[in-house]
Amino acid sequence: MSDLLSLTAVAARSALDKKECSASELTAAYLKAIEDTADNNAYVAITADKATDMAKASDARLAKGEGGALEGIPVGVKDMFCTKGVETTASSQILKGFVPTYESTVTSHLWADGAVMLGKLNCDEFAMGSANETSAFGPVTNPWTATNGDLMGKALTPGGSSGGSAAAMAARSCLLAPGTDTGGSIRQPAAFCGMVGLKPTYGRCSRRGIVAFASSLDQAGPITRDVADCALMMTSMAGHDEGDSTSIDAPMPDLMAALSMGIKGMRIGIPDEYTLDGMNPEIVALWEQGRAWLEDAGASCVPVSLPHTQYALPAYYIVAPAEASSNLARYDGVRYGQRVEGATLDEMYAKTRGAGFGDEVKRRILIGTYVLSAGYYDAYYIKAQQVRRLIQQDFLTVFEQVDALLTPSTPTAAFPLGEKMDAVSMFLNDVFTVPANLAGIPAISVPSGLSSDGLPLGLQLIAPALREDTLIRGAAVIEKAAGFDHVATGAAS
Amino acid sequence: MLLPLQQLFVTRLVIRLMTIDKNTIPRIARLARLEIALERQSALSEELASILSWVEQLNALDTAEVEPLASVTGHDLPLREDKVTTGNDPDAVLSNAPEKTSNFFVVPKVVE
Repeated sequence: MSDLLSLTAVAARSALDKKECSASELTAAYLKAIEDTADNNAYVAITADKATDMAKASDARLAKGEGGALEGIPVGVKDMFCTKGVETTASSQILKGFVPTYESTVTSHLWADGAVMLGKLNCDEFAMGSANETSAFGPVTNPWTATNGDLMGKALTPGGSSGGSAAAMAARSCLLAPGTDTGGSIRQPAAFCGMVGLKPTYGRCSRRGIVAFASSLDQAGPITRDVADCALMMTSMAGHDEGDSTSIDAPMPDLMAALSMGIKGMRIGIPDEYTLDGMNPEIVALWEQGRAWLEDAGASCVPVSLPHTQYALPAYYIVAPAEASSNLARYDGVRYGQRVEGATLDEMYAKTRGAGFGDEVKRRILIGTYVLSAGYYDAYYIKAQQVRRLIQQDFLTVFEQVDALLTPSTPTAAFPLGEKMDAVSMFLNDVFTVPANLAGIPAISVPSGLSSDGLPLGLQLIAPALREDTLIRGAAVIEKAAGFDHVATGAAS
Repeated sequence: MLLPLQQLFVTRLVIRLMTIDKNTIPRIARLARLEIALERQSALSEELASILSWVEQLNALDTAEVEPLASVTGHDLPLREDKVTTGNDPDAVLSNAPEKTSNFFVVPKVVE
């Protein structure tokens, strides 16, 4: 069978069942694609032997008619997931050489369903960043390039923190990619790379074995080529786990059935506060187009208000660093990772952490330590948690009137690597994505069009807790209406 | 043409810049057990001040009566049966230790 790389996961799974190709052939095609696209720096480790062995085992199961839901599908794993026996660094110097002795729950679900592991994917260090530029392995290049305008010829960011995952998907060097999303780290890179990205309800996916960034916000979710693949992968990743005390014990709606249910009679809210001063007119136009697509499919769109939206980012940038500073206290040079010797225990800690963490991680540890320190705790940390309550309340109120919300995914398309930006400006990338993390509710980014520069743009749907099925229904409608069938110029073929 | 992100938000930013005294970075770096090179301290101090100034906008909200939200799950911490389910594998526990000796992690001397 020719052109294996152009198949979606659902199509590839069907081709395997019909014996149109073997899992070994599919995996070999992807291992070659990884070599062909190595310049984008998406992979930090390639587990070719493991992949070949897993694909052989898939072929054996398929021959016996025992193939799982993801049997033989090649997967690239963000380096935030612990993978047993395979170095896991969260793209940080401090974890160089760390080889987990256990597998994350989410990746073990994928392998149990028959998926094949190709390797580990680059990300921002400890998932802290929006451009994949804070990685100890260096930045990732977006396989998309501008075809018009000032950005032509410039290397662009794939977004972050799941930048390697989204770039590998766009480069067709993996067929599915689990990401993690603390403030937009699945949805923003998915939007920048023309992929579908879903952050599920907080607690849907177990956090066991995922390197912790901000525990009350972190969620794993799928990055896929289309909405059907998203439904397939989300179903595999989710599930209750006693190993995570915040894991939800609730059945996932039938997401594959949701694909074709349509949205007739649904009410979709258009939040007033997501219109920003001086917003890019292309983003505004796409948002209006999205609204028209949903109405054409039988939904009614109504303006709604989420009055505390503008406070989401500053609240997030207190809560997330506070939790990060606490979570990252474990990297002390004693139990795992790098160590720099010192005369005393305290000196060893400080030198190890000073040498092992990059600038962005240090900055967030310092902010987090500051807002949690005596005399500042109430003014910053408690205040941010109170604001978080107001933001959650906004969503609860609005979801009494509507089934879902439609917003842009990002305020811009992908920007050039190395763009000089102060910390606060970089934070603003997440303006549309952060509120769903604070409220713990699911949200999806769907590729919906190209900018005048020829770069992908995404629309975001946000739903109430546990209603991933609503997201899939709406996303399938947008996908069909948008007819987004563009492929990145840097994709393997 | 895409507008730079900085321009989008100018009207929303709180411009008043907080100042942080020069002892703040060394103090919190010590609390965080994080060595910060001397030449990086003044730049970090400015960065911290600009971020803290930006989050000051939260003070525009009256939250006196609002209960802080620490977890969105809405359920209590579940308890499981008190039985051993894993463990007793010192080799696995120690396999990533930078320095170890006979089933112990080794650290610099802490008692004189």
